[in-house]
Amino acid sequence: MALKTEEMVLNMGPQHPSTHGVLRLELQIDGEIIIDVVPHIGYLHRCFEKHAEAMTYPQVIPYTDRMDYLASMYNEFGYALAMERLMKIEVPERVEYIRVIMGELQRIASHLVALGTYGADIGAFTPFLFCFRDRERILHLFEITCGARLLYNYIWIGGLSHDLHPDFIRLTKEFIKDFRPNVKELNELLSYNRIFIERTANVGLLPLETAINYGVTGPNLRASGMKWDLRKDDPYSVYHKFDYDIPIGKGEKGKTGDCWDRYYVRVLEMEESLKIIEQAIEQIPDGDVTSAIPKRVKPPEGQIYTRVENPRGELGYFIISDGSINPARVKVRAPSFVTMQVFPELCKGFMIADVVAILGSVDIVLGEIDR
Amino acid sequence: MKTAEEIFNQLKEKFENSVVELKSDKPVESFIIVNPLEVDKICLFLRDEKDLQFDSLMNLSGVDDANGTKEKDEKGLETIKGGTLSVYYHIESTKLRHKLTLKTSTDREKPEVVTVTETWKGADWHEREAYDMYGIVFLNHPDLRRILMPYDWEFGYPLRKDYKNPEFYQGMKVPY
Repeated sequence: MALKTEEMVLNMGPQHPSTHGVLRLELQIDGEIIIDVVPHIGYLHRCFEKHAEAMTYPQVIPYTDRMDYLASMYNEFGYALAMERLMKIEVPERVEYIRVIMGELQRIASHLVALGTYGADIGAFTPFLFCFRDRERILHLFEITCGARLLYNYIWIGGLSHDLHPDFIRLTKEFIKDFRPNVKELNELLSYNRIFIERTANVGLLPLETAINYGVTGPNLRASGMKWDLRKDDPYSVYHKFDYDIPIGKGEKGKTGDCWDRYYVRVLEMEESLKIIEQAIEQIPDGDVTSAIPKRVKPPEGQIYTRVENPRGELGYFIISDGSINPARVKVRAPSFVTMQVFPELCKGFMIADVVAILGSVDIVLGEIDR
Repeated sequence: MKTAEEIFNQLKEKFENSVVELKSDKPVESFIIVNPLEVDKICLFLRDEKDLQFDSLMNLSGVDDANGTKEKDEKGLETIKGGTLSVYYHIESTKLRHKLTLKTSTDREKPEVVTVTETWKGADWHEREAYDMYGIVFLNHPDLRRILMPYDWEFGYPLRKDYKNPEFYQGMKVPY
């Protein structure tokens, strides 16, 4: 006689180490098979958008830092870019170069956290330590530049708070030289590890059509096989001056758009970021980084939607100005917020243990989902 | 690749009365104003028409226009009566590489907009957020619940300009 089975509901989180923050997943399961997942978010909700309305435009920048706390530089970058477009400010070339260097260093740092913690989620703890060791070097570079390690308030509307430290270029070159072999090491340790591949290949498939319809962007979209990167497809700043490639998922170990592809796209992206930094350091012009900072930020009446390619995807700022010194509305289109929506689709039909693997592979930051 | 003006003319031809106006007087961005109760059909058309193919919703945001009559109570707190709430849709075509902004305004006292989740599934959470923050009701939405605020939050909609903090929430003092 077959055993009688019935569906049950299992709560994962909000305090669960593999949910990367405070996220509650309500799993509907039949035995070990996932039937549906209902994510409950909002545990980290601070209502950034309400705060922003009470601040002047430059005062919003420290708040943007605290959304995606693993990619603060890029959040500031996006906000500053939106404001400059709204106010039609021409930024000195040196500022653009420094922003790109900082942005790409931030991308590497953010991906290192994503890859390291992903390994730790799956049960490989050593790569986590390796990744954080390298990330520490990047955080040190940020620290000598602006004094902060995580929340910088460095990129301002029209410029930067400080110029580069005299040692910055030398230390960055050293970092690049040391980091390249480390990526190779990471590949040997984790990417091509048999156990890791067994856990991630053919798990959590995201078909391209679904990804586009849900608005998924960034490495998750590229892993599904689409060459879409705002640095190339909606160019901003000085990215058009550099030579680099957009890696996409090819389904090397399983089908295209599985967890392993999402993981490996990030590994490849770090190498491309290194290429950009190398070229930017060679070409960087001299200049004053504070010359274009407006004394009084009072944009004309109007509205703008600007987006940048953050380490997690398309980070958009929708700003409405009513002509005063406070924004009338700041809406942030957070990439993780959109990615989290598609998460139930990825999990259906897989096992409970795979939920952890899938959640790690989409690389969310709860500070940004909840804002 | 099409400009907003071309798309506006195309829409005007198809949906005569539901597409109201193309606004391009403000600097930076132009947008098309549409009827809140017809926006689903317009969006479906925008997605499926061969020379438009708006396959991706970049952003959907609720906005409080705060254009009603403002009244102050004895504590100096403002209440807004009448006026409109708006929803902005930023859409793009990844194949044809053009972008478009739609705007729809609805009555503040009874804010109702038809959902576009049928067209873009990604609109689901964005609409829930707009409902959570502004109280805009998206008709035909499959699962319209609060998303960022607690499910039992009954003190109004935080991003409205006349929102007031409650004094207590579940026995905890709120302003501190």
